[in-house]
Amino acid sequence: MNVGDELPPLEVEITRTLIVAGAIASRDYQDVHHDAELARQKGSPDIFMNILTTNGLVGRYITDHFGPAAVLRKVAIRLGAPNYPGDTMVLTGRVEAIDGPTAVVRVSGDNGIGRHVTGTVTVTLPAGGTS
Amino acid sequence: MNGRDHPDDDDLLARLKAYEGRPATLLGTGKDPVNRPMIRHWCEALGDTNPAYTGPDAIAPPTMLQAWTMAGLSGHDRSGATTRTPAYDELLGLLDEAGCTSVVATDCEQEYLRPVRPGDEITFDTVIESVSARKTTKLGTGYFVTTRTRVHAAGELAGTHRFRILKYAPARPKKAPAEPRPRPVVNRDNAGFWEGVQRHELLIQRCADCRTPRFPWLPGCGACGGLDWDTVRAAGDGTVHSYVVMHHPPFPAFDPPYAVGLIELAEGVRIVSNVVGVPYDKVRIGMPVRLEFRRYDDELVLPVFRGGLS
Repeated sequence: MNVGDELPPLEVEITRTLIVAGAIASRDYQDVHHDAELARQKGSPDIFMNILTTNGLVGRYITDHFGPAAVLRKVAIRLGAPNYPGDTMVLTGRVEAIDGPTAVVRVSGDNGIGRHVTGTVTVTLPAGGTS
Repeated sequence: MNGRDHPDDDDLLARLKAYEGRPATLLGTGKDPVNRPMIRHWCEALGDTNPAYTGPDAIAPPTMLQAWTMAGLSGHDRSGATTRTPAYDELLGLLDEAGCTSVVATDCEQEYLRPVRPGDEITFDTVIESVSARKTTKLGTGYFVTTRTRVHAAGELAGTHRFRILKYAPARPKKAPAEPRPRPVVNRDNAGFWEGVQRHELLIQRCADCRTPRFPWLPGCGACGGLDWDTVRAAGDGTVHSYVVMHHPPFPAFDPPYAVGLIELAEGVRIVSNVVGVPYDKVRIGMPVRLEFRRYDDELVLPVFRGGLS
């Protein structure tokens, strides 16, 4: 692994089910994540994914790639364009720094209306994993 | 989403800033110990098949750190010690009073210091780290509130969690220019009808030979083939012969749901138009209706039918 390496993209279909299941699995019952009518009353065209689900998907993207022995140290994300039902988010990643067994990966997630998420993930790989 | 500083003087900001450094949660306790069902639900929802999260040595997905601290559907318990502080409620209340009633999470930074495992009891404390100046964003104008939570698992610091929300007053949606209602197609065969509508008369053709009324306007009689005709002015009484309710797709200038009726006029012909004056879901076959003319813009007048007559 080298600085500058690109991770293969991960396409995530943003279904209504994913948005609701992610919100409930993260115990986030804010109505904008499951009730379209109330979301519209608050100025949103539809329900949208909560930040905890996005955070979990970013973590999954990294461990899917580096394998179950990879250890997440830090996930820092910032949200932009919302993830609405019917959209597809494409996660991409690029290795930004390597320090011994630890890598910092810059992650972006783009959907049909823009950039949903940007962030960095710090991950420690098993011995030999960074070679 | 970062927004820009608001140039206006901001008396509120000083009051908000006073909450910086104050605790938002003291002695918080996770509602459940870390457990396999919640881990499984999370992994199923997110499509995460990492084997590290299953089996006898399972750890919880690190990104679940915040989930263990969430109050959930039953809300925060205000009666016990495991609660968020009055200070945090006051801060959010001040923002609500300022019209910043909407909230959206914008940033999340988590550091993981120790794996969290099934059986671990979760405790946490949260501090109000900062409140921004007033910012204007695409969503609206408001304040970024950043909190920092330390999450303990089985008494050991397992991770930290910085969370930033925007409490904001939603921007008024930009008013789209009103789309005009579609124009009728006027040709030599039906021009007389539309001229009548302009005069608030609903004119029905009548065959000059066999006296059969016909609508819509056509060059010849459907009964006898006669080409000569005159007109009858509809008296305006009718009943709903059939109807549909339009929900989707939306068209410009229309605001679904709305009822479209096939109206049988007293003169014995049927005409399609809107049923007005009754909720769309109260329109019924057989309902008596009364003709009226509605002006939609400078050019367009249309016949519609008012229901709900007493």
